[in-house]
Amino acid sequence: MRLHRLAKHYFAALGVALLALPFIVDAMFGHGWVRIADFALLYIMLALGLNIVVGYAGLLDLGYIAFFAVGAYTYALLGSPQFGLHWPMWAVLPLGALFACGFGVLLGAPTLRLRGDYLAIVTLGFGEIIRIFMNNLNAPVNITNGPQGISGIDPLRVADFSFGKAHEWFGVEFAAVHLHYYLFLAFTLLVIFVSLRLQHSRIGRAWMAIREDEVAASAMGINTRNVKLLAFAMGATFGGISGGLFAGFQGFVSPESFSLMESVMVLCMVVLGGMGNIAGVVLGGVLLVVLPEAFRHGAGPMQQALFGKTVVDPESLRMLMFGLALILVMLWRPAGLWPSAQRRRELMPDEAVAQQERDTVYDVSK
Amino acid sequence: MTSPSETLIELTGICKRFGGLAALSDVSLHIRRGEIYGLIGPNGAGKTTLFNVITGLYQLDAGTFNFAGRAYAHCKPHVLAQAGIARTFQNIRLFANMTTLENVMVGRHLRTHSGIWGALTRSPAAREEERVIAERAHQLLSYVGIRRPANTLAKNLSYGEQRRLEIARALATDPMLLALDEPAAGMNSTETESLKTLLQDIRSQGVTVLLIEHDVKLIMGLCDRVAVLDYGKKIAEGVPEQVRNDPAVISAYLGCGDD
Repeated sequence: MRLHRLAKHYFAALGVALLALPFIVDAMFGHGWVRIADFALLYIMLALGLNIVVGYAGLLDLGYIAFFAVGAYTYALLGSPQFGLHWPMWAVLPLGALFACGFGVLLGAPTLRLRGDYLAIVTLGFGEIIRIFMNNLNAPVNITNGPQGISGIDPLRVADFSFGKAHEWFGVEFAAVHLHYYLFLAFTLLVIFVSLRLQHSRIGRAWMAIREDEVAASAMGINTRNVKLLAFAMGATFGGISGGLFAGFQGFVSPESFSLMESVMVLCMVVLGGMGNIAGVVLGGVLLVVLPEAFRHGAGPMQQALFGKTVVDPESLRMLMFGLALILVMLWRPAGLWPSAQRRRELMPDEAVAQQERDTVYDVSK
Repeated sequence: MTSPSETLIELTGICKRFGGLAALSDVSLHIRRGEIYGLIGPNGAGKTTLFNVITGLYQLDAGTFNFAGRAYAHCKPHVLAQAGIARTFQNIRLFANMTTLENVMVGRHLRTHSGIWGALTRSPAAREEERVIAERAHQLLSYVGIRRPANTLAKNLSYGEQRRLEIARALATDPMLLALDEPAAGMNSTETESLKTLLQDIRSQGVTVLLIEHDVKLIMGLCDRVAVLDYGKKIAEGVPEQVRNDPAVISAYLGCGDD
């Protein structure tokens, strides 16, 4: 009971902190960092979507960013001067999610028999196909504007309320980046809620059973085809929502934003944070968005102060550090920074081995 | 009411080839409802192949396969599980990183229905179903004799417990036929004895048991009928005593002088 009340206080404090965050960040680091926080939330949504496919169902997907692209382009095409369509957000976002979901099934269907490395290669190809399509769908009929991308996308808007403009309430000014933060936060919480509920359900158990042993899962009566397709569809849906929000936030989309590197980034968030654990994945998302940015801003001035000149280009240093961090985490915390309770137990191999030995020492009489 | 001699599973002329190797050739057998049926034979005789055929992991090349009066050739594993065939594996295939309770709960998957909406809304029906699944899983765990906390990871169980957990998981699917692939392998004599009691109890609940085993004592003491496979062919079938004294069986196991 007391623990329950403690948890309540903890969540209340967390809630207040999340609500105040954009103002604190704004006051301390400036507007640019609120924007980075917005991006962190978009990436967290992506990572949570990928977590369903990779973390729960154990299907390695290297082309996940394609669903982000489908969501983003759906929003861009239906809410920009490109076709002169200006559909409202409440129609376009779900439609983007629906399309992404459809593409998820489309990708899932032919890959059902593949596992591990083979699945990774095919999904990687799929991700590239989508990007290349977006890049080339400007001829003979111009749909996506090709490499130039689509600009002038409508801001996110609910009825008359636009998230693209600053608003003032009670004498406090809420800039556009602040408003987007709250919108994205709401969507992120929704995605977390859905992930949590799915994790502890009959469907979630079926996903994990497939991850652990697909043959045994099917022998226990799980229709692996349907359950895997469901994982692809759910993961893709989250990606599509995130993509739509991204398009409305940026006001501009181009194929460049959906490169293989982005897929790898999102996968890194999932693996680094702790596959299968929602809190870990969120942490992974925050770190992998914030740290590289901090490096970008911090590395130059720091070198100036230390050596009086820029020795290494901050941009390349950033990737160098990123690679180093990945290697170190994988060496020391192979299940991620914040693994699920079960994976943490796996991480204590000595204890498991000792347990096994205690148990089996009596079994050798045969 | 079903008569005790009614056939539950009937295999006729089953053939399974892997390239040039005939893993099963023209194997026919029928298992009656409520019996414990043993399948023995030297290593590589095709016992596990036969298991894989009747559980849908392999598709048979020729022959017919009837279960509970219906033909089931070329079906997916989950269809056969739905039909009422559950199995364990020779090399234990548990969901290693899931808890013992979750392992058994997965077995309830095909007898329950909650989907995405049930999971998201946690409707009263979905919650109730989830509660019943967990309750049944707890029951089965204690039924097979696993006394550890239900949140122990399957891979941290002892070998004998893992074998019993596989049985619990299979029983969770409410099978008519329980197919056990060497359930006593690696067990000591005490464990084997308690396994024997467990299997007899399972049979008394009306579940037919098909058993692959090398432990001759267990087979002789437990099975109503036994079939012997050698090089993919059935060389003998009958009550244990009769099979034990069959010259063909003796030569398959011990080799034969003029070979």
